[in-house]
Amino acid sequence: MAYDYDKYLRPGKLPHIWCPGCGHGIAMKGLIRAIDSCGLDKNNTAIVSGIGCASRLPGYVDFNTLHTAHGRAAAFATGVKMAKPEMNVIVVGGDGDGTAIGGNHFIHACRRNIDMTYVIFNNFIYGMTGGQFSPCTPTGDKASTTPYGNPDPIFDISKLAIGAGATFVARTTSFHATQIDKLIAEGIKHKGMAVIEVLDDCPTTYGRRNKFRSVVDMMKRLKEIAVPVAAASKMTAEQLKGKVLTGVLYKEEKPEYCEQYAKVIAKAQGA
Amino acid sequence: MAKKVALLQGNEACAHGALYAGCSFFGGYPITPSTEVAEVLSNELPKIGGKFIQMEDEIGAMASVIGASLTGAKALTATSGPGVSLKQELIGYACIAEVPCVIINVMRGGPSTGMPTGPGQSDVQQAKWGTHGDHATIALVPASCQEIFSETVRAFNLAEKYRMPVQVLYDEIVGHMRERIEFPEPGDLEVIDRAKPTVPPEQYKPYDTSFGDVPPLAAFGSGYRFHVTGLNKAQDGFPTTKAEYVDNEERRQIRKVEGEAARADIEKNDEYLTEDAEVLIFAYGSTSRSARYAVNELRKEGIKAGLFRPITLWPFPEKRIAALGKKVKTIIVPELNLGQMNLEVERVVKGACPVISIGRVDGEPINPGQIMAQVKEVK
Repeated sequence: MAYDYDKYLRPGKLPHIWCPGCGHGIAMKGLIRAIDSCGLDKNNTAIVSGIGCASRLPGYVDFNTLHTAHGRAAAFATGVKMAKPEMNVIVVGGDGDGTAIGGNHFIHACRRNIDMTYVIFNNFIYGMTGGQFSPCTPTGDKASTTPYGNPDPIFDISKLAIGAGATFVARTTSFHATQIDKLIAEGIKHKGMAVIEVLDDCPTTYGRRNKFRSVVDMMKRLKEIAVPVAAASKMTAEQLKGKVLTGVLYKEEKPEYCEQYAKVIAKAQGA
Repeated sequence: MAKKVALLQGNEACAHGALYAGCSFFGGYPITPSTEVAEVLSNELPKIGGKFIQMEDEIGAMASVIGASLTGAKALTATSGPGVSLKQELIGYACIAEVPCVIINVMRGGPSTGMPTGPGQSDVQQAKWGTHGDHATIALVPASCQEIFSETVRAFNLAEKYRMPVQVLYDEIVGHMRERIEFPEPGDLEVIDRAKPTVPPEQYKPYDTSFGDVPPLAAFGSGYRFHVTGLNKAQDGFPTTKAEYVDNEERRQIRKVEGEAARADIEKNDEYLTEDAEVLIFAYGSTSRSARYAVNELRKEGIKAGLFRPITLWPFPEKRIAALGKKVKTIIVPELNLGQMNLEVERVVKGACPVISIGRVDGEPINPGQIMAQVKEVK
């Protein structure tokens, strides 16, 4: 049965600006299904983004929405959550926005273990600015600013999040559409910083420079490189070369930031 | 009952002024010479259920302040010149998205790291022109610890009333000076809260100018769902590049501060012996204290000197300075920089009288003797 997304979309705000074949629409639909399955109150949910293709998502969905500045989504979201801890705070953004210009805010939101859900759309490129390389563009690949191939090593966003202190980290791809909502929903329910990395495709500025003849080719690649965590445990290092793990990569229970600050308030008030 | 008094540093007075105004959120990053503002608020805010967060950097601090403000909190950050430089993009964001907040800039000297523990008044043009694009600015320049308290309260009031960032600039001398403070009782000073929407949520537009040049602002989580962006937008808050919207919105956001009625409300000056003055000294912050002393000494010698002390620096008191420029023989502008506000005085005086700068950037205050010597030279 077709899912009814209308309840969560703003009337008159579609069509979106994303290019045909872009994976962001799949990820947005996953996010909506996740929010619905968690039963979040629209009035009590804020969706915050930075700048770039993925960061336009909040304009399309009917929540308290905040489209901020280059890389600053996590920091704005921290202010929202700190000031009103009862709100559900969801951050959406791309790989460049989150891990280059916004890298500092990203790692510190992880470190604080503040209760927000950060959905990071990793399409391996700066899409909106015209296909310049991001910290997630594979080494050797072409971008508009790496015409001879990208010399930079990449960030593994999920590992970065785990290392920085996020207490729920998961990864999937836009090919695995039904897994997106399940992982985001798990992240929303998790108390603390949840990072869900969605590997998706940018046919316009990444694919066409890197010999993906069609969106289908890009989707096939996402399918091929993804290995579920359980399956990976039975594979050799050689078999895992060039693959990425998907599913819940890390989960632990640790004190959450706003709850910790509530203790500060109690102490200051003489409790 | 006698009022509560205390011997407070300017920075401490600032923190207490913020609390009086109803500040419930501070997001900051440590930088000399502003740190005491954060230190006091880290102690006081949790006592009233408020929130203090030391962010990972200056930009994050400014971002957190805007985020908190959108939930309805009165939010503050405190920093110094290099910190303000980092915050500038987001100060512009708060301008265009019309988010109330207060930025304290305890000014030190020099470009870049400059003199962290030395005084300066070198960010007065940064306050006006620091961020990109055309926008209006409100900046206040208190000159004593008591005034830092009351002007911090006024900064919050103006931020809430005009729905925008307001900067309070004072130099390190006033920030670290200790003076007797008389704490106002609740009600002694006006405290203004932002206008909230009265329309049903489905009719709410966050930039609906049918309510005037400053539309009501709902809080996230209050049942009004709306979109906020740093892009040029239409009245519903959604991005647009339509020429007429963009032009109207930008002009409105400047008019709401620089229109005649708004100026009359926002501008605040202190004039001392300007009625018959032949030489006018234009001075602000700690420098105005030396200037006042100089005026008194010069008057004893029969020299008709007067002091114009802006308390609101931006919007600049254009009309009054232009009028005074036609009355006096000379205007002298002492400041702890090499002539930043001198430029502005010259601009509005339009050659009606000579405007002379006394600039100092060696980390020492401008003393009365320097001002007196300059007045005697031109008299």
